[in-house]
Amino acid sequence: MDKGKGVMGSNARRWAVDFSDNSTSPSSRDVPDPPGFSRASIDQDDSTLSRQKKDAESNWKSQKAWEVAQAPFKNLLMMGFMMWMAGSTVHLFSIGITFSALWQPISALQSVGKSKIQILELNPLHRDAKSCGKKLLQRRCGEYCYCNVAPAIVVVNCNLKPWLLVIFEPYKDSRVELLGPKLLFIALNLGGLALGVWKLNALGLLPTHTSDWVSSLPPAQEVEYSGGGLNLR
Amino acid sequence: MAIRVFLIVLLFLSFTNLTYSLYEDQVGLMDWHQKYIGKVKHAVFHTQKTGRKRVLVSTEENVVASLDLRHGEIFWRHVLGTNDVIDGLDIALGKYVITLSSDGSILRAWNLPDGQMVWESSLPGSKASKSILYIPKNLKADKDDLILVYGKGSLNAVSGVDGEVLWKKDFSGESIEVSHIIQSSDVIYVTGFVDSSKISVYGLNAKNGELLENNHAALPFGTFGELLSVSGDMFVVLDEMRSKIVIVHLRNGEISYNQKHISDLTKDLAGQAVILPSRLPGMFALNINSYVLLIKVTNQGELVLVDKVNNGAAVSDSLSISEDEHAFAFVHYGDNKIHLSVKNVNDWNHDLLKESIVIDHQKGKIDKIFVNNYVRTDRSHGFRALMVMEDHSLLLVQQGEIVWSREDGLASVVDVTTSELPVQKEGVSVAKVEQNLFEWLKGHMLKLKGTLMIASPDDLAAIQALRLRSSEKSKMTRDHNGFRKLLIVLTRAGKVFALHTGDGRVVWSILLPSLHKSEACENPVGLHIYQWQVPHHHALDENPSVLVVGQCGPSLSTPAVLSFIDAYTGMELKSLSPAHTAAQVIPLPHTDSTEQRLHLIIDDKQHAYLYPRTPEAIDILKHEFSNVYWYSVDADNGVIRGHALKSNCIQEAVDEYCFDFRDLWSVVFPSESEKIIATMTRKSNEVVHTQAKVMTDYDVMYKYISKNLLFVANAAPKAAGEIGTVIPEEAWLVIYILDTVTGRILHRMTHHGCQGPVHAVFSENWVVYHYFNLRAHRYEMSVVEIYDQSRADNKDVWRFVLGKHNLTSPVSSYSRPEVIAKSQSYFFTHSVKAIEVTSTAKGITSKQLLIGTIGDQVLALDKRFLDPRRTVNPSQAEKEDGIIPLTDSLPIIPQSYITHALKVEGLRGIVTVPAKLESTSLVFAYGVDLFFTQIAPSRTYDSLTEDFSYALLLLTIVALVAAIFVTWVLSERKDLQDKWR
Repeated sequence: MDKGKGVMGSNARRWAVDFSDNSTSPSSRDVPDPPGFSRASIDQDDSTLSRQKKDAESNWKSQKAWEVAQAPFKNLLMMGFMMWMAGSTVHLFSIGITFSALWQPISALQSVGKSKIQILELNPLHRDAKSCGKKLLQRRCGEYCYCNVAPAIVVVNCNLKPWLLVIFEPYKDSRVELLGPKLLFIALNLGGLALGVWKLNALGLLPTHTSDWVSSLPPAQEVEYSGGGLNLR
Repeated sequence: MAIRVFLIVLLFLSFTNLTYSLYEDQVGLMDWHQKYIGKVKHAVFHTQKTGRKRVLVSTEENVVASLDLRHGEIFWRHVLGTNDVIDGLDIALGKYVITLSSDGSILRAWNLPDGQMVWESSLPGSKASKSILYIPKNLKADKDDLILVYGKGSLNAVSGVDGEVLWKKDFSGESIEVSHIIQSSDVIYVTGFVDSSKISVYGLNAKNGELLENNHAALPFGTFGELLSVSGDMFVVLDEMRSKIVIVHLRNGEISYNQKHISDLTKDLAGQAVILPSRLPGMFALNINSYVLLIKVTNQGELVLVDKVNNGAAVSDSLSISEDEHAFAFVHYGDNKIHLSVKNVNDWNHDLLKESIVIDHQKGKIDKIFVNNYVRTDRSHGFRALMVMEDHSLLLVQQGEIVWSREDGLASVVDVTTSELPVQKEGVSVAKVEQNLFEWLKGHMLKLKGTLMIASPDDLAAIQALRLRSSEKSKMTRDHNGFRKLLIVLTRAGKVFALHTGDGRVVWSILLPSLHKSEACENPVGLHIYQWQVPHHHALDENPSVLVVGQCGPSLSTPAVLSFIDAYTGMELKSLSPAHTAAQVIPLPHTDSTEQRLHLIIDDKQHAYLYPRTPEAIDILKHEFSNVYWYSVDADNGVIRGHALKSNCIQEAVDEYCFDFRDLWSVVFPSESEKIIATMTRKSNEVVHTQAKVMTDYDVMYKYISKNLLFVANAAPKAAGEIGTVIPEEAWLVIYILDTVTGRILHRMTHHGCQGPVHAVFSENWVVYHYFNLRAHRYEMSVVEIYDQSRADNKDVWRFVLGKHNLTSPVSSYSRPEVIAKSQSYFFTHSVKAIEVTSTAKGITSKQLLIGTIGDQVLALDKRFLDPRRTVNPSQAEKEDGIIPLTDSLPIIPQSYITHALKVEGLRGIVTVPAKLESTSLVFAYGVDLFFTQIAPSRTYDSLTEDFSYALLLLTIVALVAAIFVTWVLSERKDLQDKWR
């Protein structure tokens, strides 16, 4: 099933390089420095990014955030069409669609929180963590990564907590206002959820009628007992 | 479009659900069918020619049949209608079987080898009389072989070739009661009594029926019983005091008589004498007390006592074995054996045959005996005897051994109940299990082969054989699905049989000693059978037992007989012969600590007697004293009365188990316009799953479910007879639904122009009944559903969510809830012999009506066809809800005959029992034949079908597990490689 572009976009940004960790003393980290790695040689000229470039990035981020926030709308339309196609009788197809309609907004809202990867150390030879590519992602917490070019060593840290709206994490920036996109995203997803619930009700799967409660009630016991009939013959 | 297609497919699927049908190779898997004929009345042997030796019989179930003498199997059989009682049976022309039935008004000829009917002639008459079939030897009128039939007050000479009536002589004008037809050359003598004291003889010309002579002789006293022909022209009869034997001599139409006291023949016997109806040349048999006297009549009309047999049982008719030698058989009892003697009539001292046979004492005494001879290789005579036993079974005895026996008592089942089988005991030996496992695997491998279509024809035959005689279904232990049970049937002979539902075999049988004839109990009859003790929880170590209620005679004023039988062993635990009568038996919904059900037996003086007679039972009843009611239906006077328990009986003898009743209410139907023809109640053990019926718009209708409802059908008194006797304007049918606690009439409806017979079935909150519509000239079926309006305002969902409703609290009939009834009528093609409804363990499965049709088949009809919500054009939602568009007649789908190609001849009743599996109901249909099957009205949604291939499933699972394992190993390896790349 089509999961929508926004989710796909987030997949590309499963990890994020966090360069903010500037502590120099190795003892403050839980992972020891890999052999052959010297902290003193870290090049500090990353901080020389031009202001203009930063602005462009934040613009781009903001734009992307709105894009992500609007992504569920297409989903909503798609769902609506599918539901109409499924009809109002209870069968495998309609139940499948309804439950996927219910599940998608929920999963989108809570997103996949486990892939918050923090790269603590990076060999200067590998300016870009991306060159380590997939290999980096395959490491588990606290593992070393040997990239093929050189004994590049990356220390990885993970945060496995589920992350609400983690989808917006890549666009997090002090200069980007994320509240709007977030609210829109939440609203659209809740709309999707409501559509799912409505469909569930339309299928008669919600116990909103008296009949749903009564049909399991056994008949009332009778106080009196009477027998008899025609005489035996 | 997709939706449309889907809906059509769904609709199609739902329609396929309507039919219950099975494939050809499924016949006999779950069902069994047993053919019987009933108690034999007449038997004629046909053994002269080479070829198949057979015996032709007619029975009390109005069956005429040809049986294989070698094995006792049925060659052919015809079941005549219930009113078509067979009076005579004989063979004519050596190739036709002639039967006379319906009080001598229908004469039929059947082809001897195959049972095809050759001709039938109806012999109308006005006067009811005895009917006699007489086929004279070598009597011809214009080359036609004559068959002489006396019936309905006239003598008919019928051609044996085509059944044409050649001449007729009407005796209805005379007051003669004809008892014999005698032929002497070309003159036919008809003898009989006029007012039991005057003998009259008419001589007729055999060629044309012309009256030749008429003689009378008045006896100075009355006579008892019938004339018995001793030889060609001599008769014997008893006088009205039953102390003298009168010998009537008829010589060329002249009548003379002489008489002799029985005490002159034998000194030491006194009592009521009866002449046995065995036809012996020159002899007759007389029964006094338990003695049988064999008396010879000499040519001069003198009587000579030949033999006196104690414990005599039965005497056969004589059999001509050569020119002037006649043999006959008689049996007597002694030392637990049956002694069969065949003697020559003229040579008393010489036994042609003397044998002793041991017969199962559960078969009782010998009722009738028919004897036949054959010529041995050494030219001597051998004899075979066909015996009809007290339990109506049929035995063939030859050379001192029972060659075959037939349990024909099962053709007259009176009542049926069921019992569970014993629970399987722990500790089955390992060897047995292993062998079973091997067998099991082998069986499933065969089945797998069948599924994959690689089985050879031999394998296919083996699969079919395996399915048919699966040892699983005939085990003597309880099964998980509750398919294996014991059907406990009471037959008219007073014998109780336990049949296994798996294969229909008789597990045990008992001829009830308490239903034996005795001084106190002249003509005991078994009436009903009830479940007495059904242990489930704490009393599991006890065997279940059943209660048989009988009475000592056909009238209600004869005392009751109660017998308690262990359902596992068939032993009579105890029997009671209480002084009171049994007009009604009411099983109460209470059991004591040993799970014996409390029963109230109401006698004809309106006292109730509590059983079991224990103080505990009294305590239980005292506790429920004010809640026990009963009602009586007085069909003759058109009154239904309601009663309640009052106090202990006020009698001379104090009996604390006896209770008096007070009358509460009565419903009196106007006798000039209504007559009760049928009543019906719900089955007391029926389980109802829910009290609500959900409509298409999620609205709820509350069913009015009460066990105390009575359906009464009243017809116009003129229209109470057969169909066609009244015009539509004079016929009407009024139906009532009554509450039997308060006497309140819940519903009343009149069908104008309709009449009975009414067959009805009551279940849950609906009743379905079948009757005849005179205006439309068709049968109709109607359904009435009753709904409780007083509960209808329970509409607030929140009250249910919070549990604040009183829908499950006990209700009283005195709360007089407001009810509405919905009804609808449909035409139905068949006339009906019985209607039943399927019953399941929890009552969830939808219901089917089981209709015993006039063709002796059982038709399963979905209750959905009888739904008052049906309309001509149901809305889409209603269609989806399974409502079938209204049609004027109910469809008969050939596949939904649950008896498939079989017939349950003489169908009288259908019994349904729930299996433990919710989807399945066990059906037992009885009549002359027995038929049992399992049906699933909504298909077996809760179990796999019997032909499901477990081996295939097992193989698939194994393959899948292996595949998972292999791919897991491969992926792990690849993963590692990836990691180290």
